[in-house]
Amino acid sequence: MDRLIALLQENARIPLEDAALQLDMSVEEVAAAIAELEKTGVIRAYQAIVNEDKLEADQVTAVIEVKVTPEREGGFDHIASRICRYPEVTSMYLMSGQYDLMLFVEGPDLRTVATFVSARLSSIPGVTGTATHFRLKTYKHHGVLMEKDQPHERLQVSP
Amino acid sequence: MNVSKSLPDSPSPFKPLRDRLATTVVDLPRSGIRDFFDIVSQMKEVISLGVGEPDFTTPWHIREGAMYSLEQGQTGYTSNLGMPKLRKAISGYVERTFGPSYNPDREILITVGVSEALDLAIRALCNPGDEVIYHEPCYVSYRPLITLAHAKPVILETSAGDNFRVTAERLRPLITDRTKLLILNFPNNPTGGGLSAEDVKGIAELAVEKDLIVITDEIYAELTYDRPHVSIAAMPGMRDRTIFLHGFSKALAMTGWRIGFACAPPELTEAMMKIHQYTMLCAPVMSQEAAYEALRHPERDIQEMKESYWRRRNFLHASFVSMGLNCQKPEGAFYMFPEIRGFGITAKEFAIKLLEQEQVAAVPGTAFGVCGEGHLRCCYATSMDQLKVAVTRIERFIGGLK
Repeated sequence: MDRLIALLQENARIPLEDAALQLDMSVEEVAAAIAELEKTGVIRAYQAIVNEDKLEADQVTAVIEVKVTPEREGGFDHIASRICRYPEVTSMYLMSGQYDLMLFVEGPDLRTVATFVSARLSSIPGVTGTATHFRLKTYKHHGVLMEKDQPHERLQVSP
Repeated sequence: MNVSKSLPDSPSPFKPLRDRLATTVVDLPRSGIRDFFDIVSQMKEVISLGVGEPDFTTPWHIREGAMYSLEQGQTGYTSNLGMPKLRKAISGYVERTFGPSYNPDREILITVGVSEALDLAIRALCNPGDEVIYHEPCYVSYRPLITLAHAKPVILETSAGDNFRVTAERLRPLITDRTKLLILNFPNNPTGGGLSAEDVKGIAELAVEKDLIVITDEIYAELTYDRPHVSIAAMPGMRDRTIFLHGFSKALAMTGWRIGFACAPPELTEAMMKIHQYTMLCAPVMSQEAAYEALRHPERDIQEMKESYWRRRNFLHASFVSMGLNCQKPEGAFYMFPEIRGFGITAKEFAIKLLEQEQVAAVPGTAFGVCGEGHLRCCYATSMDQLKVAVTRIERFIGGLK
């Protein structure tokens, strides 16, 4: 199962037949294993990894550090679940250290993101402070370099 | 001053250069790999299954470690044996991975690739006329190195029917009073064959019985897929009669750094070091620094690459079988050695036709010994996309041959 997950994390679009050959399994076994991973929620979705700097449309991404007051019942989860439901929030993590939640927020321009922070985020009860950092350039995303490495030369025949 | 004027007018008694070469070298055959390389390099758009090295670049932290050492000005000679910290790291790694323990001060020698270590080991041990048993098909340098040491090569032929194994039973009849050395290389290039713990035990017992020294080239050890690798150096009575050769090229994708090493009892290490100090002095310091960095956490790097070779092995083997090629499932390394003798042409003809008609390069088995006839070495250390295209082309090619 771990080997299948690793394979899919490298290439989620691999045909079942190829996955089966590479993992020494039958096509049916692979299909059943994937169905199980989806059903149990281990695999949540399949997405393309895009170099956004190459897109025509400008998209602004900000990392926002958020300090919150944990609640007596439920700790951070209650307030976190409120914040992460905003579609502007693309990723969110509970962190150790100086702040509590780290959000990745996307918007069409700076003003929209700024408004989201000041009007929505800051006004949620329990949020006690925010710090916003805007992304300038992406070098690597989800383990993928945004610039392709030059292929290195190898001898075509060697001992 | 006109130099040409000083030349005599009459023809000088100039003996052709070729006649002055050492006979051993003149008699040395050109590597079959090299012949084939010359043909391939003239063609374009070739998919090559002919390489003998990983398709990964060296893991980043290793490259970065080497750069850091250069920035720090590490550009001088090292001790002849190699940097003490690297020998210590190797000692730990070998004991952890293979079992036997070697003293980093007296029993480990860092060399320029395993190729150099192999040359040193053979030269350190052989007197003219000594017999050296090795198995074919094998890496291209074994026989020439034995010959260059003026020893006598004795071939043990392995075959597909036997999973390209060496066994004590096959070995015994080849041993004579002059047998000095046995060279083993498992997992094997070019066959991908491996030895079971039983096989290794049997060979070890025979080596002890006949009082042989064993050189074991285990460069592909970490790339053993279906069972744990067993080193003959770890067998009872073997540590003190074995030269254990290993290196960083294959499992850590470091071919170009040229770092290998030999682990052996002090007397043997000292003898190899003598040759090494006069010919090589020491392995390049920046490469030794890289190797040291590589040994900080080698397991994770190796595991990632091994997993990738494992997948490709499975893919290529299943593909060969489904197109009707007889092919052992390789136990290790990154080579497959399918049988092509059913097509009525030699391995070399097969390889050249495949190259001309389908632009797929694979090395004829005969490059690795006469008994490699009827086989093709296909290296699967190339991208899945390339492998898939290669499979389609090979299938079309053999369809046309039938």
